[in-house]
Amino acid sequence: MAGLHKSEFANPVVNWVDTRLPIFTFMQKEYGTFPTPKNFNYLWNFGALLMVNLMIMIVTGIFLAMNYQPNVATAFDSVQHIMRDVNYGWLLRYVHQNGASMFFIVVFIHIFRGMYYGSYKAPRELLWMFGVTLLLLMMATAFMGYVLPWGQMSYWGATVITNLFSAFPIVGGPIVTWLWGGFSVDNPTLNRFFSLHYLLPFVITGVSFLHVAALHITGSNNPLGIDVKSPQDTLPFHPYYTAKDSVGLCVYLLVFALIVFFAPGMLGDPLNSVPANPLQTPAEIVPEWYFLPFYAILRSVPSKLGGVLMMFGSIAVLFVLPWLDTSKIRSARFRPVYRQLIWVWVLSVIVLGMVGGHRPEGIWVVLGRVATAYYFLHFLVILPVLGKLERPLPLPESISRPVLSLGGGPLPGGATAKPMEKV
Amino acid sequence: MRNVRSWLGAAALACSVAVPVLAPSMAMAQEVPAPAKQNWSFSGPFGSYDLASAQRGFQIYSQVCSNCHSMNLLAYRQLSGIGVSPEQIKAIAAAVTVPSGLNDQGEPVDGPGTSASTFKRPFANEKIARIANNGALPPDLSLIVNAREGGADYIYGVLTGYADPPAGMKMGDGMMYNKQYPGHQIAMPQPLHAEQIDYSDGTPNTLDQEAHDVVTFLAWASNPEMVERKQIGVRIALFLVLMTGVTYAVKRQVWADVH
Ligand code: HEC
Ligand code: HEM
Repeated sequence: MAGLHKSEFANPVVNWVDTRLPIFTFMQKEYGTFPTPKNFNYLWNFGALLMVNLMIMIVTGIFLAMNYQPNVATAFDSVQHIMRDVNYGWLLRYVHQNGASMFFIVVFIHIFRGMYYGSYKAPRELLWMFGVTLLLLMMATAFMGYVLPWGQMSYWGATVITNLFSAFPIVGGPIVTWLWGGFSVDNPTLNRFFSLHYLLPFVITGVSFLHVAALHITGSNNPLGIDVKSPQDTLPFHPYYTAKDSVGLCVYLLVFALIVFFAPGMLGDPLNSVPANPLQTPAEIVPEWYFLPFYAILRSVPSKLGGVLMMFGSIAVLFVLPWLDTSKIRSARFRPVYRQLIWVWVLSVIVLGMVGGHRPEGIWVVLGRVATAYYFLHFLVILPVLGKLERPLPLPESISRPVLSLGGGPLPGGATAKPMEKV
Repeated sequence: MRNVRSWLGAAALACSVAVPVLAPSMAMAQEVPAPAKQNWSFSGPFGSYDLASAQRGFQIYSQVCSNCHSMNLLAYRQLSGIGVSPEQIKAIAAAVTVPSGLNDQGEPVDGPGTSASTFKRPFANEKIARIANNGALPPDLSLIVNAREGGADYIYGVLTGYADPPAGMKMGDGMMYNKQYPGHQIAMPQPLHAEQIDYSDGTPNTLDQEAHDVVTFLAWASNPEMVERKQIGVRIALFLVLMTGVTYAVKRQVWADVH
């Protein structure tokens, strides 16, 4: 389809560029006039927040990399050099370090939003799978980033996690040696982790574009989970959602700032302020908080290989979630039983998080196993069966007219079809 | 549906009961008594370092701790952060002997330190340090407050936690009993005693005061950026609160015609 674009922009420079590369028209279409369901609540802010968070990580990371030295002899001190001697180096480092935690807080809420309102269901399955891919990439990036400051937890965390691959029969040992680039976590490991830690965020950026491209084909889901039926159901993205996203952005930045400026060490482990020492194993090796639920699943299974498989399985089930959930109704608002059970699943994840932070002793072992079992039960048994048994509430006719399509009388649950919030 | 709700309630209840009950027993298993909270000039969102206390702490570090502990991440010039004047810094640095490059014959020589010198280390390497300390290694103190669970309160607890071992406790060779240290056996002999330090400013030299001063100094050494960080933080937080209000008002305005 060759030929110049017929641009409608008045500004001559913009028009000149747009005629040759219709990037302004594209932005206008995708972020200006883009028809967006009018009933979003604030949970729809979190995708935009993820984009901002990614940019913050990349910018602070690039500046950190200018002063960081990926060598076992100097890595720890080079980070302290950033903290003490580089102008505003402490700010860069604390923003990057706590930015990783913020990233995971935001992505967990974003994923929960998708699960609660059924955003993974047809036709958004591919969009959802790109999302799960992004989660995996984020986890890999954060894991390798945590190794870079070369503290005790960096070193021992890297040792424990890479060693997991040794659980696989026959190929396990060689894989671990190959990952390490030697026979233990050492300088080659640190070098390659730095290289990959620099690379993966740009892969994340690329996959994010696919994620958003897929979103702009299917259009957004909304709190009612019903399709957009007429232009009355939508609003142009700008100014309505740019304004609403800005509110969320300010609150997010406020929380971020409070952590960075007043409690920058709150989420970190004190042991990472001790330089890595291969001869001294810490009493407890604990990953960063955002890995704790997965770590708990790993340790809840009595066999090492079983634990590793279950841990990867806990993400793998998310990939196939669109096919495990047999209900055609998207929003939990119209699924009286699912609406309760999703919270039990959230509880199981929280319990797993607490279990991951404690030694596998006594009650923690029991709690870990029960929560692990429930985590999988939810996806593999409850969701497939529930879709067949549950009697959904009647759906509203459209987003702009929250009236019942069936029966027409008042809702049994009273408030169920009201938009969730009025702002 | 009611079943599910009560199930959920029961589970939540079980967790909220289990956690407080279990947490202390976990701590006991590791034998790390939670350190008692102290009053620090630098705690809280507006806290900043008591500079006089930090300077007295530096005096203690120089006179006592530096015999065994290095602080490799600090240079003398950085003492300006606790209000030491450039002349004083030059004098402090000049009083120590540090390696100062090669002489005309190409041999390494020692000379007086400069403001740019890093703090003099007591031992040339780990092996010598261990030989001098009954096999134990005195850790570098540059980052010690960040490197211990409990931070400043914990370090204070160790410095003031020496006591006679309870009857029947078998102590290792050359080990001291300490109420705060995990396992209660520490290889560091009690470093601070009441009336040990001569303060030139007339501050009473109780053990509590001395420990407070040296910990204030160590807290500054671990987080020299803290005061600036909190000052910027207050301004940014206020700005963001304001921006949240403004954007919310704008949003209400934009959405006013939507029903
Ligand atoms: C005679 C040598 C010596 C002196 C003087 C000394 N220390 Fe130590 N210190 C040690 C040794 C040895 C250890 C290691 C203890 C162990 O591993 O059990 C240690 C450990 C420590 C620790 C770490 C405790 C932990 O939780 O691991 C701190 C904090 C500490 N010293 C602070 C100080 C301070 C502050 C001073 C000065 C007031 C001081 N030390 C003076 C030898 C000394
Ligand atoms: C998806 C985005 C990213 C995530 C989740 C992430 C995560 C992390 C984490 C958890 C750490 C350890 C922080 C600490 O404990 O000190 C870290 C360190 C580091 N990261 Fe990143 N990072 C990201 C992007 C980047 C990028 C794009 C770069 C470089 C261009 C980068 C460069 C560095 C450097 C140099 C360090 C070591 C310095 C330090 O530890 O503070 N990061 N990263």
